[in-house]
Amino acid sequence: MAKRIDVKDLDIYYGDFKAVEGVSLTVEPRSVTAFIGPSGCGKSTVLRTLNRMHEVIPGGRVEGKVALDDQDLYASSMDPVAVRRTVGMVFQRPNPFPTMSIRDNVAAGLKLNGVKNKKRLDEVVEASLKGANLWNEVKDRLDKPGAGLSGGQQQRLCIARAIAVEPQVLLMDEPCSALDPISTLAIEDLINDLKSQYTIVIVTHNMQQAARVSDQTAFFNLKATGQPGRLVEVDDTQRIFSNPSEKATEDYISGRFG
Amino acid sequence: MSSITGRSAIDELPGGDGRPPLEADRASTGRLGDRIFGGLATGSGIFVIALVTLVGVFLIAQAVPSLMNNNVNFLTSREWEPAGAEPRFGIVDLLWATVTTSLIAMVIAVPLGVAVALFITQYAPTWLSKPAAALVDLLAAVPSIVYGFWGLQVAGQYFEPVAKGVDSVLGWLPFFDYTGTPSAKSTLAFAGVILAIMILPIITAISREVFNQVPTAHKEAALALGATKWEMIRTAVLPFGKPGIISAAMLGLGRALGETLAVTILLSGLNASDAFRSTIFNGGATFASKIALAANEFDSAQKTGAYIAAGLVLFILTFIVNAAARVVIDRRKAFTE
Ligand SMILES: Nc1ncnc2c1ncn2[C@@H]1O[C@H](COP(=O)(O)OP(=O)(O)OP(=O)(O)O)[C@@H](O)[C@H]1O
Ligand SMILES: [Mg+2]
Repeated sequence: MAKRIDVKDLDIYYGDFKAVEGVSLTVEPRSVTAFIGPSGCGKSTVLRTLNRMHEVIPGGRVEGKVALDDQDLYASSMDPVAVRRTVGMVFQRPNPFPTMSIRDNVAAGLKLNGVKNKKRLDEVVEASLKGANLWNEVKDRLDKPGAGLSGGQQQRLCIARAIAVEPQVLLMDEPCSALDPISTLAIEDLINDLKSQYTIVIVTHNMQQAARVSDQTAFFNLKATGQPGRLVEVDDTQRIFSNPSEKATEDYISGRFG
Repeated sequence: MSSITGRSAIDELPGGDGRPPLEADRASTGRLGDRIFGGLATGSGIFVIALVTLVGVFLIAQAVPSLMNNNVNFLTSREWEPAGAEPRFGIVDLLWATVTTSLIAMVIAVPLGVAVALFITQYAPTWLSKPAAALVDLLAAVPSIVYGFWGLQVAGQYFEPVAKGVDSVLGWLPFFDYTGTPSAKSTLAFAGVILAIMILPIITAISREVFNQVPTAHKEAALALGATKWEMIRTAVLPFGKPGIISAAMLGLGRALGETLAVTILLSGLNASDAFRSTIFNGGATFASKIALAANEFDSAQKTGAYIAAGLVLFILTFIVNAAARVVIDRRKAFTE
């Protein structure tokens, strides 16, 4: 069920401002791809175009092609709502629904899909929380507010919520940036587990993290300030971190700039 | 709490390397300003509580002697003859008219106000949302006497077919029975409609305010799960805005319960000798309109006391409504944090 992502010559605009230019890359099914690069180079922007979440931002639009297996995500017949049901997303800051219990948070997506059967909902809630390594910590308080959990637990709750609808691709925008090292490790372990079922794209500022969790790494950079961001190179993670073909990549990874 | 004293524990602790404790910096933490402001806030709080207590005591002191002289049960009688040696007055009709008009106003204005606020904040394009919001706010600037006259002279005639329509569909319920007297524009139902227009701006304005504050993170969380716009509103916007909507409704209800001029102009009076009819297409008088109509004939303490007793009931009614709203909002606190 995991799908392959093909991005071809993608330009992304916010209104008149061209934020990202000429991105082409392929993400294989059941693999983890990391996006790295300095702040403002368009990592989040590119990530959001993979499930059309950039359209939520006023003025956000793309030129170019994004395909999921052989389906064009931007075909006029394609419903963005359907795209987002296939391509799930976890955000930088944990954002559980504040008025909902832990259980309802996880079940929210299913309820949107019209699932009402309580037994089925309970099963999926349990499976998703187990999948997100959170079940043992919350199984006795499923009816408590999701906002009452710790930051790391909230983030895993958000992951549980995203995988509850069984997406084919999971996008994560700096999922660990608000977390302590232990929660970070928990989520990295989780990413490793999820890899067997999902295609995963993760944005991170943490080089070690990119090296630890990803199979493929894409390095983004700005040509110059005020210029659109672009994809400098994308390759096997090992290669990017040992022997990148671009000088800029090597400089960035070894901490010489950015 | 210690902020009122202006000193916190850290002031007492010596520095780690044996230096003297930190000196408070007047400018940066505003210790003096803190104290003045704390004093002002406490003072205002006490003042308001004292004022409310005084008003309550005054009303009760005026009302009790009249109530003692009353020859019928104040809570269950429909008569209103507060003057003379044998005063007879009760609030049933007033309570009925007040609650009915206000409820009608709420039933219309709350869903409509929330819908308008949703349109302005979630659906309207940016160029439209500002003017639309301003237009609704403008409704609040219309004086209530204008609403009364406009209702009576202009809008009222169009309510006749509405009343007939409601009667033909729901007339078998005693609540919606329309007989033609008094004419549609002088009924509780129409007063409720006008009240709805009057409280619409406040409900819209407050709902709009809270809908605008819904964090983008929550909306995006819903959208990223594959929610349609309306589903996003249901999962993220409305739950977040619920306490605000309740507050808005309560403020509107407070205004509807107490509105005087427009209701006085519209409603046709009732005779206590007529049989009680539980239809919204009947005349009547609310607490506020009854008191307003009698304002220039408070010639005896007995009579004044009777009206004050009625006012007291309105006071209590409003208080209960507000307290109930508090309870509802607080119960949800745990989930909104
Ligand atoms: N909502 C928006 N409206 C307009 N411009 C935006 C918006 N969001 C981002 N941009 C612009 O797009 C460019 C890329 O931003 P983006 O958020 O994708 O960077 P990023 O690589 O994710 O940075 P960071 O690492 O800091 O998250 C920036 O120039 C930014 O100013
Ligand atoms: Mg970003």
